[in-house]
Formats: sequence, structure tokens, C-alpha cells
Amino acid sequence: MTTHSSNHYFVPHGAIYPVALSAGLLSLAAGFVFSVATDKNQDLAYLQTPGHWMMYIGAAIILLMIFKWFGAVVIESVTGQYHKWEDKSFRLGMIVFIASEIAFFAAFFGALFYMRIISVPDLAAFDPAFTPYKDFLGTWPSAGPGGVVLGTEYKPGTLNPMGAWGLPAVNTALLLSSGATITWAHWGLLKDNRKQLVLGLFLTVALGVAFLICQAFEYHEAYTEMGLTLRSGAYGATFFMLTGFHGFHVTLGTIMLIVILLRSMKGHFSSKSHFGFEGVAWYWHFVDVVWLGLFIFVYWL
Amino acid sequence: MSTTTVAHHDEHADHPTGIMRWLTTTNHKDIGTMYLTFALIMFLVGGAMILGIRAELFQPGLQLMKPDFFNQLIGVHALVMIFAALMPAATGFANWMIPLQIGAPDMALPRLNNWGFWLLPPSAILLTLPFTLALFGIGDGALATGWTFYPPLSVQGGIGVDFAIFAVHLLGISSVLGSINIIVTLFNMRAPGMTLMKMPMFAWGWLITAFLLIATIPVLAGAVTMLLTDRHFGTHFFDAAGGGDPILFQHLFWFFGHPEVYILLLPVWGFIPQILQTFSRKPMYGYKAQVYAFWGIGALSVVVWAHHFFTAGLPVPALLYFMYSTMAISLPLAVLFFCWIKTMWKGSMSFETPMLFTVGWIILFGIGGLTGLVLADVAADAQYHNSYFVVAHFHYTLFAGGIMGIMAGVYYWLPKMTGHMYNEKLGKLHFWLTAISFNLTFIPQFFLGLAGMPRRIPDYALQFAEFNMISSIAAFVLGLSQLLFVYNVISTIRGGQKATDKVWEGAEGLEWTLPSPPPYHSFTEQPVVK
Repeated sequence: MTTHSSNHYFVPHGAIYPVALSAGLLSLAAGFVFSVATDKNQDLAYLQTPGHWMMYIGAAIILLMIFKWFGAVVIESVTGQYHKWEDKSFRLGMIVFIASEIAFFAAFFGALFYMRIISVPDLAAFDPAFTPYKDFLGTWPSAGPGGVVLGTEYKPGTLNPMGAWGLPAVNTALLLSSGATITWAHWGLLKDNRKQLVLGLFLTVALGVAFLICQAFEYHEAYTEMGLTLRSGAYGATFFMLTGFHGFHVTLGTIMLIVILLRSMKGHFSSKSHFGFEGVAWYWHFVDVVWLGLFIFVYWL
Repeated sequence: MSTTTVAHHDEHADHPTGIMRWLTTTNHKDIGTMYLTFALIMFLVGGAMILGIRAELFQPGLQLMKPDFFNQLIGVHALVMIFAALMPAATGFANWMIPLQIGAPDMALPRLNNWGFWLLPPSAILLTLPFTLALFGIGDGALATGWTFYPPLSVQGGIGVDFAIFAVHLLGISSVLGSINIIVTLFNMRAPGMTLMKMPMFAWGWLITAFLLIATIPVLAGAVTMLLTDRHFGTHFFDAAGGGDPILFQHLFWFFGHPEVYILLLPVWGFIPQILQTFSRKPMYGYKAQVYAFWGIGALSVVVWAHHFFTAGLPVPALLYFMYSTMAISLPLAVLFFCWIKTMWKGSMSFETPMLFTVGWIILFGIGGLTGLVLADVAADAQYHNSYFVVAHFHYTLFAGGIMGIMAGVYYWLPKMTGHMYNEKLGKLHFWLTAISFNLTFIPQFFLGLAGMPRRIPDYALQFAEFNMISSIAAFVLGLSQLLFVYNVISTIRGGQKATDKVWEGAEGLEWTLPSPPPYHSFTEQPVVK
């Protein structure tokens, strides 16, 4: 049963943002395909430059439309169009959206577990008479049996995995503390203590940026010193795709945090109505929890 | 569709007309109409593709097209029919009917709703653009891997694969947005007094569908993203040299792909009992049992995926598990069949077109389900796998179970949506032509498959010639008789006998309390359900 005080639901006026956003995505996607077409067919090299331009134009449209769309919703919010009933829709929507994000990460965790438990050990379990990879041990971390096969000689590929207790441990501390600071900011908001809200959000943004800087250092070290790249077999693929998508989500989360920090400084949100704040906070906690999974299964174990 | 655009809300006083109305609309009926129109157009596009295939298969030998183009048509036909015809049709009905059925003023997140639709045309462009580009000598056409994108073929393929990957991404975003909207609407917008267990079956079907979409579509997005990085950025997810495995893709794909079957069917299972009770003039049997069966099927559907590749070399315990869990789905499904039949039992039935489609649907979908049970048997599947038996089986579930179910819904609700009655004679003719030619198309394929004809091959051995010829002729009759449907729908939109508010004598539910067609903004004051 639905319970709501007002009998009037706010149905927003139409807007061009969604359809323009889709056009931007079409341009970005088609441009990307043109840009990488030479990978499979050398004759398509002439598509590269138009492809790049389509990507730039598409990305610009997308950014502009996201800005305008969220802007319109913020204006509707501060002019008091949304009440309890609409607020509940936003909350439920955000929860379901985060659930879909969890499913997205589950695909990559699934790939990681499949490779660790099934495909890598299986490649080492062949009868030696039938495999070129005689010395492949199938232990994790692994770049796979790839390596070099010369006649009957086989040399497994080398792999330097990323240790858990250097920068990754620092990053864990950074993200966990940011979870605490945003909760502290929320307490401030609930008490209508604007100073605590703004300071808490500022600290959260700072911790998020620090995390991203550490991760940039980590990637740099992996590529330049350790020879660990996206091409490093099963470990390289799962390591960079999982941490990379997570880093992308941290970046989005940080941008969202900056937006609500600026809005808090302008005096938006009140102790009674602050879905914008809470939506970002939930998203941030989700990013935090995914990191814990990464730290345990990608770095540590 | 509805030309009476009376403005009730002050914020709607200036709502635009012409093309801008459709580009910017936040109205659930407008968006539903766009979804349904898009689905109908893409149904014809996908149908034209498969008629090309059936023309090639009319005789043994290569007549009309190169094998690579044949492969492209097959893969894009499936993607178009699943993602651009069946799913948008179900979403279109959700948009139109859920707010009317639960007494809501609109969908909960109207702008998101608009975006969900407007992601579809770009996806359709991405899917079909490679065909056009190939005409101008750019690239070698659309994806030729079949709709399942299996590596290593899909890792090697040309730009058609990349376009299809991004098309799937956009379609996935659209489905997730649609699901978010439907879940929120069902939880937050129901009329006071309408508890979850008083929701119409169609709303229940969609709720489970939306949960399945949220759980599985992102996994498909992840899988095709891995494919993209394997193709262009040197990862080894599906390459044994790096410790990956092509079978991993099959696991990820079918973790999405099997629930997808129920995503396509659950909305239909939602409105089938509503149509049955209307034309049997008695309440549906076993409402609670059907709701629980939906939950059971939804839960089971995400743990049975590997029965799609029994022959890929899984360990025996895994084969046994996936066989028994798959067969277990037939239990809740049997509950549904029992409830559908019992709803008709001793009712005073009449057979208008929606009811004809529904009864035909029960029989044909039943054949689809039973042949599925045969395929779920690991030992038997070794013979049937990748044969025309599979093709016939899933067309009984998805053409009969999906499309014919959707058509039952179209005939059932079209008078409500347009305010006009459709042409009953033409509707009945459409049903009989469809049902007969459908069976003539696909029954021969069961036997072709049992005799060993593999699917997705443009040529075949001589002993298969007669049955392929029958199947091809019937397929053209099936395809052409859909033009009757298009004609009937368009002429109903443009005019015809005025429909009453209740339309059908035995109709129950909030949507029948509104005028036909319902006003642009319905239920601005929520009704109270007792």
C-alpha cells in the first residue's frame, strides 16, 4: 500500500535532454567503432579521423545534456516541486540502479573466479603428451600458459602481480575513511549544521581525489616498472578491468560529491529534504564496498 | 493515437505538438505508443530478414546470397526480434497499461521513461548500419556470429561485431532504465488500497521481469565489454593462451540469455490470464498460485543457464545439476498451465480474436515448453544440439509464446487505447492464417532437426529438400499474413466502430473504468481500491 500526504504527483514537462543524450551516445559509439576499425581491417584506416571527431562531438553532447538535465532537476527541487511522494520514487530508483551496478561488477568478479578456479588450473591439467604447455603450473596469479613455444621447449610467460600491502592498503584506508567522513557530513545535515556538512563533504572529496592519485601512481608503476599490463593474460585482464571500472566509478562518485559540495555551499538541502545528498552518499558507499571486494579477491588472496 | 489532449495540469499547459511532442514527451501513453510502433516496425524488418533466409533455404545449394551474408541475416534477425521487437512491445504495454491498471497518474520517472525509449532508435541504427556501410564498400557487413556473439569467431569478426556490441550496450541501458521505472512505479504509485497481492497479473509479470533485467542485463553488458577489450585492447578473457576460456563467454552470455527467455515471456504470462478471465466470464483461477509460480520461475531461471551448451564439455556433475534444475522449471510452469486451463473450465466462453490468440497460444506455447523439456535432457540433447530441432523449439516459445501472446494483447487492448473496435473478421482471419502457417513453418523443422540438419548453415543435403520447401512456403504465408495485422491496426487507429468504456463484457480492472480512449492524463486523482 502506498502512503503519501499529497494526492498530486509531479509529472515534469517534456525535455529535449533524453533524446539529445541518445544522439550523443550514438555518435560516441559509432565514432569509437570507426576509430578502432583498423585493428581488424587495415583498409579502414581512413575512418580513424572522422571516428575521433564523432567521439569528441558525441562526448560533448553527452556532457552538456547531463549538465542541463541534472540542472533542470535541481531547479525543480529547489523551487519546491518535489514532495514526499516524488522523493520516494527517487530513492527507490537509486536503490534499483545501484543493484544493477552490482550485477555489472558481478560479471567481472565472475570472470575472475572462473579463471582462477576453472580455466587456469584446467590448462595445467592436460596430459603432457597432448599439450605444448608442459611446464605450465596453473597457479594463481597467472598470465596464462602463453609464453613462448619453440619446438618442444616451452617457457611460461612472466608475471609480477600487484602486492596488497603497499598503495592498495593505503587506498583501502582512504576509501574507508571517506565513508566515515560522508556519514559525519550527513549527521551535520540532519542537525542543520551547515559547517559540518560542508567540511565533511570537502574531506570526502579530498579523500576520493587522493585515492585516484594513488591509483594513477599504481597503474604507472605497473606499466613502466613491473611490466604488468592489460595484455598480461588472465591476471592482467581481470586486474585492470576490475580496478579500472572501479576507478571509473570513483571518478564519477567524486564528481557527484563535488556537485553536492557546491550545492551545500549554496545552501541547498535541508534536514528534511536532501535526496540529492543521500543518493550520492549511497553511491559512494557502494563504490566503497566494491573496493573491499577488490582488495580481498584481487590484491590480497 | 489519442487526439484528445486535454491539459489538466498547469505544467502541461504548453505541451508541444508535432514532432516535438514525440521527441520530448513525458506522458506514459505517448511513450507506450512509441514503443509499440517501434516494435511493429522492427518486427517487419526482422521478418523481412528471415524471409531472405527462408528464400535461400527453399532449395539445396547456394542461390541468392553468399554464406557470410546469410550468417549476418540470421544473427541480426535474432537480435532485432528479441531486443527491438518483443522487448519494446512488452515495455510499450507496460507503459500504456501499468499506470491505468494500478490507478497511477503516470509512470514514476517520466523523463527517464522518455530516455528509455529514445535509446532504441540509435541501437537499431547501430545494428543495421553495417549492412548499409557494406553497400558503400565500408567494412564487410553486420555481425556474422549469430546473436550469441560466441568467441573466438566474434573476436576475429569485422566492424559489424563492434556495432552490435554497442547496440547491445544501448539496448541494455534502455532495459535497465525501463526496469527501474517499472519497479519504482509498482512500489510507489499504486492506488490507495491496492496491495501487492491485489495487483493485476500483468503488473506481477512485469515486476518479476524487471527484477530479472536488473540482475542479468548488466552481466551481458560486462560480457560484451570483455569481448570489446579482447578485440581491441589485448585482454585474454576468452583466449586460452592467456589463461582465459571461450566457454567463459558462454557462461556469462547465458547467465543473461536464459533469464532473457522469461523476460520475454513473463509479461505475456501476465496478460494471458486477464484475457482468459474476460472471455470466460469468470474470475481467474489461482491468482496466488500464479504469483508464486512467477517468483519460482524467476528464481530458477537464473540458475539453469548451462543447459544452452551441454555439448561444450562441462563436467558430469555440472551437467546433472543443470539438467535437473532446468527440468524443475516445468513444475511452476505446469502450475501456470493448470491455472490457465482451470480459468476457462466451465466458463461461458466466447472466441473473439484476443481469445482465439490466447487459446492458440496455450496450445502452441505448450508444445514449445514440452520440446524444451526434451532438450533439457543431457543425453538427448547431444543429438538435438545445434540442430533445427532447437530452432523449431524456441520459435514455439518465442514466436507462439512471445509474438502471438503480444498480438493477443494488442487485440485485447487496442479498442481501449484507440477508442475504436478493430475489424473482427480480419482479426480472426489473421489468427487462423498465422496459426496454420506458423505450424507448417516449424513442425517440419522439428523433423529436419531430428534427421540431423544443422542450424545456421545456408546449404543442406538433398534429403532435407521437401521439408525445407514446405517450411519456406509456409514462412512466406506467415510473413505476408502479418500485413493483415498491420492493416487492421492502422485502420483501427484511424477510425471504426466506437468502443465502449468497458469494451468487453467480462472485462475486470481499473483500466476499463476509464473512457476509451482514456484522457491524456488519467487518474490525476487516484481511485481507492477496496
